Amino acid sequence: MDPVVLSRIQFAWVIAWHFLLPAFTIGLAAFIAVLEGLNLITGREIYLRISTFWIKIFAVSFGMGVVSGIVMPFQIGTNWSRYSDATANVVGPLLAYEGLTAFFLEAAFLGVLLFGRKLVPPWAHFIAALMVALGTLFSTFWIIATNSWMQTPAGYEIVDGRFLPKDWLQIIFSPSFPYRLAHVVDAVYITTGFVVVGVAASYLRHGRFVAEARTMLSMTLWLLTVLVPLQFLLGDAHGLNTLEHQPAKLAAIEAIWNTHSDVELNLFAIPDEKAETDRYVVAIPDLGSLILTHDLHGTVHGLKDFPADQRPSPIVVPFFGFRIMVGIAVIMLAMVVTSLWLRWRGELFHANWFLWCCTLASPLGFIAVTAGWATTEVGRQPWTVYGLLRTRDSVSPSLTGLDVGISLLGYCLVYLVMFSAGFALMVRLVRLGPIEAAAEPDAIEGGRPAGPVQALPAAETGRRS
Amino acid sequence: MSLPVLDLVPVWTLVLGLGVFLYVLLDGFDLGVGILYGFAPDRDSRNLVMNSIAPIWDGNETWLVLGGLALMAAFPLAFAIIIPAVYFPIAIMLLALIFRGVAFEFRYRDAEHRTFWDRAFNYGSVLGAFAQGVVLGAFIQGFQTEGRHFAGGSFDCFTPFSLLTGVALVFGYSLLGAGWLILKTEGALQDWARALGRRALIGVLIGIALVSLWTPWAKPEIAERWFAWPHIVILAPVPIVTALIAYWEWRSLNNRSEAAPFIGAILLFVMSYLGLAISLFPLIVPYKFTLWDAASSPSTQAFLLVGTVFLLPVILMYSGWSYWVFRGKVRGDLGYH
Repeated sequence: MDPVVLSRIQFAWVIAWHFLLPAFTIGLAAFIAVLEGLNLITGREIYLRISTFWIKIFAVSFGMGVVSGIVMPFQIGTNWSRYSDATANVVGPLLAYEGLTAFFLEAAFLGVLLFGRKLVPPWAHFIAALMVALGTLFSTFWIIATNSWMQTPAGYEIVDGRFLPKDWLQIIFSPSFPYRLAHVVDAVYITTGFVVVGVAASYLRHGRFVAEARTMLSMTLWLLTVLVPLQFLLGDAHGLNTLEHQPAKLAAIEAIWNTHSDVELNLFAIPDEKAETDRYVVAIPDLGSLILTHDLHGTVHGLKDFPADQRPSPIVVPFFGFRIMVGIAVIMLAMVVTSLWLRWRGELFHANWFLWCCTLASPLGFIAVTAGWATTEVGRQPWTVYGLLRTRDSVSPSLTGLDVGISLLGYCLVYLVMFSAGFALMVRLVRLGPIEAAAEPDAIEGGRPAGPVQALPAAETGRRS
Repeated sequence: MSLPVLDLVPVWTLVLGLGVFLYVLLDGFDLGVGILYGFAPDRDSRNLVMNSIAPIWDGNETWLVLGGLALMAAFPLAFAIIIPAVYFPIAIMLLALIFRGVAFEFRYRDAEHRTFWDRAFNYGSVLGAFAQGVVLGAFIQGFQTEGRHFAGGSFDCFTPFSLLTGVALVFGYSLLGAGWLILKTEGALQDWARALGRRALIGVLIGIALVSLWTPWAKPEIAERWFAWPHIVILAPVPIVTALIAYWEWRSLNNRSEAAPFIGAILLFVMSYLGLAISLFPLIVPYKFTLWDAASSPSTQAFLLVGTVFLLPVILMYSGWSYWVFRGKVRGDLGYH
C-alpha cells in the first residue's frame, strides 16, 4: 500500500487515541483545582472527598496521556520528515515551548498533587492543583498554535522551499488560532463535564455517595449550562473563520459542489466524489446560507471551484464528522435545557430517566471531539500546511508501504491493549467511589517515600477483605 | 520582533548536548532499574525496586521529548534525516516506553494481571534501552543521504555494530540502575544490586572496548582524529581516565560504598559521551552535515533561546526539588497491610 495513506492512518490512529486523554485531563485538572479551591475557601470536607476521588482517576489518565504524548513529536520525525525539514524553523519552537512551559510544570507539581496532601499545607496543595491545570492549558495553547498555523499559515516567508519565520506574533496568533483555541478549550471542558455528570448520575441512581453525587451533578450542570450554549457561539465564529480562510474545507463540510447563493442546508447526503454530486439528500432550503454567512441569500463556494487535486479527500469524513459533532452538541443542549427545567421543579436528583440519560451521555464529548478533529484535519487535506505544502510531499521519502504497515500494526496492538486496560481500570475506580478514596492513607510521611505506589492499592486491599 | 543576528549554534549545541545527556542519565537509571526488576527475587523486593523510581520517572522521561523537540527546533536537518533513518528502533522504543510507563499505575490497581504488568515493565525497559542503543550505533555508523533526505532503507540501521551498541546500552543502563538501587536500598536488596552491578560493569567494559576498537577500524576519519600526531598525546588521558574510573567502580561495587557505584557509573557515561563527542564533533549527521549546516534560522534559534534561558534553570530547580522531596532510602515497612 501507499506509504502516504498508511502514514496518514497511523498518525490519525495515534493522535486520535492520544487526544482522548487531554480531552479529559485538561478539564479534570481544572475541576480538581476548583474543588481544592472551594475546600480551601469554605472548609467543607465534601469538596475534598470529591477531589481526592477524581485525583485517582486523573493519575491513571494523565499517565496514559504522557506516554501516548511522547509518541507524537517522534511521529513527525519518523513519518513526516519532509514536513519537518520544510516547517521546523517555524513550528519547532512552538512545540519545544510546549515541552518547556507545560510538561515539566505538570510533572513536578503532579507529584505533590498525587502524593503530597499531608506533606504540604492545604494552600500549597491547591497551588499544585492550579499549576497542573495551568500546565495543561499552556500545552493546549502551543499545540493549537501549531495546528492553527498549519491551517491558516501566517508570519512566514518561503526560502528554497522551506518556511522561515518573519513575525513570531503572527505565527503564534495566526488567523484561526483564537477561534480554534476557544473552541477546543470549551470542548474539552464540556467533555469532562459530561463524564462527571454521568458518574454522579449513576451514583444517584444506585443511591450511593448521594451527598457527593448531588454536589458533582449540580455544580457541573450549572457549568455546562454556560459552556454548552457558549460552544454554539464559538463554533459559529470558528465556522465563519473557516469560510474566510479555508473555503474548500467549508465546501467539503457542507458537501456543496456548485457555487451558489440561497444555499440549502444538507442534513443528510451521500457525497459522491466521482460524480461530483450528492445522493439521497435531505436538505432545508436557505438555512445553509443563513448559518454559514449569516445572510439568507449569502453565496458559498462549491467544491467545483477548486481543482480536483485541491479538494479534501475522502470528503465523507469532514461531511459526516461535522454532522456527528453538531448532532451531539444539539443533544447536549437539550440535556442542559432539560436539567434547568428539572431543577426548577426540584426533581433534578430524582428523575430516574434523566439520570439514565446522563449516564448514557458520558462518552458523548469524546465522540464529538474526535469527530471535530477528523473534520478539521481531513478538511485541511490535501495539505499539511494549507495551500502551500502537500501531504504527499510531506512524508518521509525513505518509507515503503511495508515499513509503515508493520509499525501501524504495532501501534494498533499496543494502543488497544493499553487503552482497554486503562479504561477498565478507570471504570473500577469509579465503582469504588469517593468514600473509599477518601479513606485511603496518605502516601508520604515526613518527606520520605512511603512508597507512593505501594500506598495506592491499600484501599483496594481493604475492600477485598 | 526582530532579534540581533548572532551565532547561536554553539549555545544550542551545549543546550542539546546537556538535554540529551540528562535524558540518558536520568531515564537511563530508571530504565536500568526496570531491567534489573526482572531479576528481583520476590514481590516485596519488586515493590521496593519500583518505588525507588515511581515519583520521578515521569519527569525523567520528559527530557526525551525535550531532546527530540530541541533537535527539531535547533537542528531541523538532523531531525529530518536521523529520525526516519531509525524508523523501527524509534517505533520499538516508543511502544516499549508506553508499556513500561503505564505499568506503574496499572500494576498496583490491576491485581489480577499483576504478572502481566510486571513483565510489561521489565521487557519494556529492556527493549526501550536496546532500541536506544541501536539508534546510537546507527548514528555512529552514519546515514545514506540524498540532498536533505535520508535515502537508505528502514532496515539499514540494524547492523552487527548497532546490535552491539544496543546490548552495550542495556548493560550501561543496568549499571546506572544498580548504582541507583544501591543508593536507595539497604541490606539484602542492596547486596543483590551490587552483585548485578558487577555483572553489568563487565558487560559495559566489554561494550566500551569493542566500540572503541571497532569505530576507528571502520571509520578512518575517527581513527585520524584519535591517533594522528599530536592528537594521540592530547587525547590519551581519555582512555586512561576511563580505565581508572572502571577500576574504582569495580572496587566500590565490592566494598560498602553507598554512593560511589552510582557516581562511578555516571562518570563512565560522561567519559563515553565525551569520547563520542571527540570522535564526531562538529558533525550532527555523521560524515555528512555539521551542526552549522543543520542549524535552523537565527531567528528560530533566538526565539527559542529567549525562553529556554529563563525556563531551563527553573525546570532544573524544581526537578531537583522533587528529587529532594523523595530523598533517602526506600522503606519496606510501609504500604501493604
